[in-house]
Amino acid sequence: MTGLSFDVSHLLAGALVLFSFVLLYQNRLYALLNVFALQAVVLSLSVAWQAYVQGAAHLYVTAAIAFGFKAVVIPLALHRIIARLGIHRDVENVVGVGPTMLAGLALVALSVVVMLRVASEADALAREDLAFALSVVLLGMLMMVVRRNAVSMVVGFMSLENGLILAAAGAKGMPLVVEISVAFSVLVALTIIGVFLFRIAERFDTVDAHALDQFQGERQ
Amino acid sequence: MTAPPFDGVTAILVLPAATAAVLAFLPAYRVSAAVNVVSSLATFALAASFFLFKPASGLYFLVDDLNIVFVVLNAFVAFTASVFSASYIAHELATGRLTPTHLRFYHAMYQALLFAMNLALVANNIGLMWVAIEMATLTTVAMVGVYRTPEAIEAAWKYFILGSVGIALALFGTILVYMAARPVLGEGLDGMVWTKLMARVSEFEPALLNLAFVFLMLGYGTKVGLAPLHAWLPDAHAEGPTPISAVLSGLLLNVALYAVLRFKLLLDANAQAIAPGPLMATLGVVSLIFAAFMLYQRRDIKRLFAFSSIEHMGVIVFAFGIGGPLANFAGLLHMTMHSLTKSAIFFTVGHIAQAKGTQSIADIRGLTVSHPALGWSLVLGVFAIAGLPPMGVFTSEFLIISSTFAREPRLAVLLAFGLILAFGALVLRLQGMAFGEPSPGDRRSTASSLPIAAHLGLVLAAGLYLPPPLVAWFQHVAAMLR
Repeated sequence: MTGLSFDVSHLLAGALVLFSFVLLYQNRLYALLNVFALQAVVLSLSVAWQAYVQGAAHLYVTAAIAFGFKAVVIPLALHRIIARLGIHRDVENVVGVGPTMLAGLALVALSVVVMLRVASEADALAREDLAFALSVVLLGMLMMVVRRNAVSMVVGFMSLENGLILAAAGAKGMPLVVEISVAFSVLVALTIIGVFLFRIAERFDTVDAHALDQFQGERQ
Repeated sequence: MTAPPFDGVTAILVLPAATAAVLAFLPAYRVSAAVNVVSSLATFALAASFFLFKPASGLYFLVDDLNIVFVVLNAFVAFTASVFSASYIAHELATGRLTPTHLRFYHAMYQALLFAMNLALVANNIGLMWVAIEMATLTTVAMVGVYRTPEAIEAAWKYFILGSVGIALALFGTILVYMAARPVLGEGLDGMVWTKLMARVSEFEPALLNLAFVFLMLGYGTKVGLAPLHAWLPDAHAEGPTPISAVLSGLLLNVALYAVLRFKLLLDANAQAIAPGPLMATLGVVSLIFAAFMLYQRRDIKRLFAFSSIEHMGVIVFAFGIGGPLANFAGLLHMTMHSLTKSAIFFTVGHIAQAKGTQSIADIRGLTVSHPALGWSLVLGVFAIAGLPPMGVFTSEFLIISSTFAREPRLAVLLAFGLILAFGALVLRLQGMAFGEPSPGDRRSTASSLPIAAHLGLVLAAGLYLPPPLVAWFQHVAAMLR
């Protein structure tokens, strides 16, 4: 692998981690969606770059799905939902921004330490790609933990999934990457857009997932 | 590879998929319930035929002695659950909880779920297996939310969030396994094929495998319902339609368990990797004891048995974690017995909830007086699941305790403690529900007691006498599992 292609992959993977951090401190839903769309664009660039470097044509399909679906369709659809429900007010964080960012830093450090040590036999690009990917996954999980709003939980889940697609694209020659990205897209699309957000809104007049926690089984 | 006389694997996949497509466009609910039953029966017959004509394994599909057990058990419970479902939904329509449109969706999803579970079980490819389990998650999320009550939506939402994070972790583990395999097996499809992975796993990088197993265990463990990743399970069981509770407990948990077992086999075959056993045994015993305590606080009958499923999945994972021929044998037997018993209990509970118009334990009293058939089925089912002799669950629990005692006496004490605790809770709750003055609400139940009787009969028969061919088969599989 030449120096240039190595550097470009790094740059794009690093940008993904950066956008994960940016997502963490957004406190407006529209801004959150815009940052997510940017992250999806970077993901599709990164996957396309991998497709070019590895000469794997099927990865272009994954890149196209990432761009079309995650950078355009989902943000637009969520925009419309937010507008229709009139919930573009502030996002409620359970934990403050400061502690969240610190936790995020710790998670990135953790994933770098773990992946670099564990994958010491793998080639440098794959190893560092995995470290970036794991960071994005963990930051996505962190976002799902600290947010209460259903829309931002979904965005957290999708950014987590961006990390997985990055890892899958970086694993040279991995089969089924296209199928996996399609499966994820279907999961998100059907469950969230199609069914739940509308029903949550219908039932609670709010998309605050906190409203969903009041039943907790028997504590009624 | 010569073409087999008839390809059973393709058949058990195509049949449910085709039925799902047909059911999606069939408006008459009686017809679709019947089609659902017939198709499930045919799938079961096809699955059972694997014993006679074992299908050839290829790059994508694999049928070996381990997954035949799962496939056949799955198809059987899916068939009886479809019979139960047919009598259950008629009542739901009559009371207006479900509309014909919902039912069309429900039936199509039922078959789609069967397709996904069969695919996960026969996949010879870790990526394909992951896609199938993801699909199974998707269909069950949709079915859990089908009543559209706030509780059902909360349950579906929780299930979606936890289930998809679990699925995501499992995918990361899958990618890591591929990364570990790539230097040995080369790039491409080979690095994801079970049979090829198993053949060369001893040359894989152990550190990567270890990390992969942690992700896979947490990811698929969420779907097995192991504590502390179980939070979705009681809600999903309690708020969805009862046939789905039976299918979740009896089948879907097993499918996730199957995935964990496969990866355990992979790690066992690499001498330098960590032993997966202790991790599984710990998660198992924690789930068992946690769920046993939680049983005491339940006020909802379906939640009660959902926690009992967590408890039993804990016991099963513990047994496989201990390992060795006897514990593996007991684990397989316990899994089979639990699937049969728990689905029978959910069939009974479904009819009870319909007859009494409530799921609250406090409002269900004196069932043996008002509904003798249902009441006594519940008594029998709870006795079976609590592990009283002569039921089959007793045999398997006894085997697990005795094999643990031979290997790790202190762990056996913990195990016995958890089992006794759970026993106490179940009997305590049962007493109020089954005996005493009956509570009001004695609508006739249109129950078909056939599925309940079939399951409990099998469990009783297994407790009294296990046919030698079955024992030999289970022993053979147990030896495979190490």
